[in-house]
Amino acid sequence: MTDVMALHASTEIPPGEIISSDDEENVLEEDLGFGNIILVDNLPVVSREKFEKLVSLIRGIYGRFGTIKEDWMPHDPNNNKSLGYCFIEYNTPQEAELAKEKTNGEELLPGWTHKFAVNMVDDLAVPGTEVAKEITPEHSVDGFAAGGNLQHWLTDEKVRDQFVICAGSDTEVLWNDAQYLKSELFHKRNLWNEDFVQWSPLGTYLATVHREGAAIWGGASTFNHLMHYAHPQVSMIDFSPGEKYLVTYSRHKSSNSSDANTIHQVEVNIFDVRTGKVRRNGTLNDFALGGPIFKWAGGKDDKYFARMGKNILSVYETETFLLVGKKSIKAENAVDFSWSPTDTILALFAHESGSDNKPARVTLVQIPDKKELRQKNLFGVSDCKMYWQSNGEYLAVQVERHTKTKKSTYTSFELFRMKERDIPIEVLELENKNDKIIAFSWEPKGHRFAVIHGDNTRPDISFYSMRSAHNTSRISKLTTLKGKQANALFWSPSGRFIVLAGLKDFKGQLEFFNVDELETMATTEHYMATDIEWDPSGRYIATAVTSIHHMDSGLNILSFSGKLLYQILKDDVFQFFWRPRPPSILSPEKEEEIAKNLKKYSEKYKEKDKEVPKLLREKARGKRRMLQEEWEQWESRWQRLHEEDKLERLKLRDGEDSDEEKEEFEAQELEIEELLDVIEEVVSFDD
Amino acid sequence: MRPILMKGHERPLTFLKYNRDGDLLFSCAKDHTPNVWFADNGERLGTYRGHNGAVWCCDVSRDSSRLITGSADQSAKLWDVQSGQQVFTFNFDSPTRSVEFSVGDRLAVITTDPFMELTPAIHVKRIASDPADQSAESVLVLKVPQGRLKINRAVWGPLNNTIISAGEDAIIRIWDSETGKLLKENQKEEGHTKTITSLVKSPDGSHFLTGSLDKSAKLWDTRTLTLIKTYRTESPVNAVAMSPLLNHVVLGGGQDAINVTTTDHRAGKFEAKFYDKILQEEIGGVKGHFGPINALAFNPDGKSFSSGGEDGYIRLHHFDHDYFNIKI
Repeated sequence: MTDVMALHASTEIPPGEIISSDDEENVLEEDLGFGNIILVDNLPVVSREKFEKLVSLIRGIYGRFGTIKEDWMPHDPNNNKSLGYCFIEYNTPQEAELAKEKTNGEELLPGWTHKFAVNMVDDLAVPGTEVAKEITPEHSVDGFAAGGNLQHWLTDEKVRDQFVICAGSDTEVLWNDAQYLKSELFHKRNLWNEDFVQWSPLGTYLATVHREGAAIWGGASTFNHLMHYAHPQVSMIDFSPGEKYLVTYSRHKSSNSSDANTIHQVEVNIFDVRTGKVRRNGTLNDFALGGPIFKWAGGKDDKYFARMGKNILSVYETETFLLVGKKSIKAENAVDFSWSPTDTILALFAHESGSDNKPARVTLVQIPDKKELRQKNLFGVSDCKMYWQSNGEYLAVQVERHTKTKKSTYTSFELFRMKERDIPIEVLELENKNDKIIAFSWEPKGHRFAVIHGDNTRPDISFYSMRSAHNTSRISKLTTLKGKQANALFWSPSGRFIVLAGLKDFKGQLEFFNVDELETMATTEHYMATDIEWDPSGRYIATAVTSIHHMDSGLNILSFSGKLLYQILKDDVFQFFWRPRPPSILSPEKEEEIAKNLKKYSEKYKEKDKEVPKLLREKARGKRRMLQEEWEQWESRWQRLHEEDKLERLKLRDGEDSDEEKEEFEAQELEIEELLDVIEEVVSFDD
Repeated sequence: MRPILMKGHERPLTFLKYNRDGDLLFSCAKDHTPNVWFADNGERLGTYRGHNGAVWCCDVSRDSSRLITGSADQSAKLWDVQSGQQVFTFNFDSPTRSVEFSVGDRLAVITTDPFMELTPAIHVKRIASDPADQSAESVLVLKVPQGRLKINRAVWGPLNNTIISAGEDAIIRIWDSETGKLLKENQKEEGHTKTITSLVKSPDGSHFLTGSLDKSAKLWDTRTLTLIKTYRTESPVNAVAMSPLLNHVVLGGGQDAINVTTTDHRAGKFEAKFYDKILQEEIGGVKGHFGPINALAFNPDGKSFSSGGEDGYIRLHHFDHDYFNIKI
């Protein structure tokens, strides 16, 4: 099979789509053989409305060959259209066989251009069957076979999240069983990786990095080896956002350069994650390897990626791995670019050019047509940083400018509203524009952002909203917190809550702030914390001390409101990551509806939640009782032996009885009552 | 609970020991002079001058007449507790690390460190009731199969029939004190993973507690050498103690002395941590030292305890009334 076909197959039906569908029965069927299931291909692609019609038509045709136990026509969640094929399950393999014989190559309706292509699911070992492989892992040949449902962890009964922790030579994946105030081991391996581990962006795979290359692991009940990607001395890996491709980088000293003036070469391989084949590779000269050189466009499609060269920006598309429009975009003096996290739009920042007096500018370019959506010229710029909001609705450009004397700089923000007509831009200056910006962070999926600014030792933190009370297209300031010990911002992935963290010099000060109410929920400390990460659900937050400080390294798990739930102490922790979750498959409207009627939905969990602490208490009490009894048993056994030895001990001590010391001291409870004063009074009462 | 600070040593403390009556406290330090204190008010009674190196360990006879000390000056000395006079000196060819009198005080077990070509060894000496009859001969010498690794503690088992040793190889061994045969080693899976720094027996000798740099302390059955309990803490354990009165154990330690100056004192965890012996749960902690805790001892009456630190101080704590009513 050619790569292109494999690619097509997997673009048509993202693995997540099948597995995360609620249709439990389909999962159950996996236990049986697939002899009684057929795959009918070459159906027309229809929209949601015509779905029922097509299904009933197919049922009509295929009902003639036997009893249809189950039929299932997958659809593309993006546009709600069918994918042009369906599965039909009969009661017996014989019926399925018959249906296949009778209809393969036949027309759906007389005169129809679509000719059925019918296959037994069991027989699918011919080209064009990548789809079948994905859903019938037992029949697949590659490493993905043994893994089972790669997204099984999402179906956890207690809806827990997982995290990976690397300490010393051990790598462990644990469940965060926060309700029971503990973690539960899911998988542990010694010497799993040689350098580091990394989750894929949707959490499907755990990648381990070795001297010879990278490998990915996944599966339902354990981590099976799925695929490896050879790349000697690999030092960085980068998944595409939809997990279709893996880019590996390694840095080498250029062979023809002298030691004094070393030019570094970066070797790059782009792999197809599922087939393990190299799609493109090459060597780049003169690159510093600060972050991924190739940046992927946002969204799950993995269609485009780009890299910046000298005065050019090269955008590639993944169908052919060639330049979009066969040539790079000219980008004079460009120094930085970033993709919108959701759309195929990129923002490009170019410095001013001295020769022709062109100002510095930020340009928004749409791919693939390379249309300039918006441009903004900026004067006197010294530096510029770009921050996208996670839904790609807003782009903030932090611009640092020289003052007239060129002695110092001041900062302002250019805020782009991406989803509004003509992309309006607003300029925001802080009240004290000489304030140094220490950190900037958008509320995920939200309209607010936080900025730490000012003095390094006691900076202020300001919150802004892209909406004001009366006008949704005006920026308003929410509040400023003065003199905080914080230098990093960590928004909850579901917004609303933020952790203002003082890492490094502030030694792990943490403040939990509710931005809706603009109030501090808790302040706490994890001494010398180096890493802070919210779990993907926004319910818990982990603070970690990784071994940079080589002491007390370990992990604290806190609730969203800052309550310490439990600790994991380990030596030499050097990596900690929550397992990412794929984006919710609910529509935004549905999510909003749930948020609104949360009470109704949470009702059924309430009872369960109430039981947990009770259960925990009882368990703890039971355990204590057991320990106590165990101890008493042990002690009484020992005392008997001790008694038996008494004579010999007496002899050793020259006849002095040494056993009385047990009775010499004993805890006694003494109650002393002291009468201080007694007053007798005659109390009269009137009736 | 207000501690009494006792400043009598110029160097870090190494060991603390109460006599049986609980009225005297003996302290050893890296300076060369062990001290004796009133265990009630912390007043210093006297010193024992004569050693020429750090003093690692001491023990006092049941009748509080004799003190034995082991020092890095390659000797162990017997002292008259009351007069402070040296009674006898056992000379070795390597530093002595641990000393203990047997039940009945007629024997003493002394361990020596590996030094030059010498491997670590456990020596058993007979202690004569009349100093004039005292001999330097060893009754028994145990060569311990741990190469260049030190034995940090060796104590007598029940009825002096056995000797229990532990040290840098993290293995606890039980020896026959008559024949010198190795009787038992602890199960590797349940044992410590790093140097065992301290070992203390329960008052009746039924169980003993070991502290280790692996940040844990473990409770063992003396007869069977089976693991009974494990107590986990956040920093290496240098010293352990067991309450003779309540089911409490105390762990002391803190980060390595080498790293102390590099970080904030808060990070050091120089705390004596109390655990429920049976439930293995932490009850509380006593802070105060400016360096790791190297020595801990409980008064035999269980109503006070003292801790000795790398900072050169001994802190003597008489428990508040609340302590005796802790419930978990």
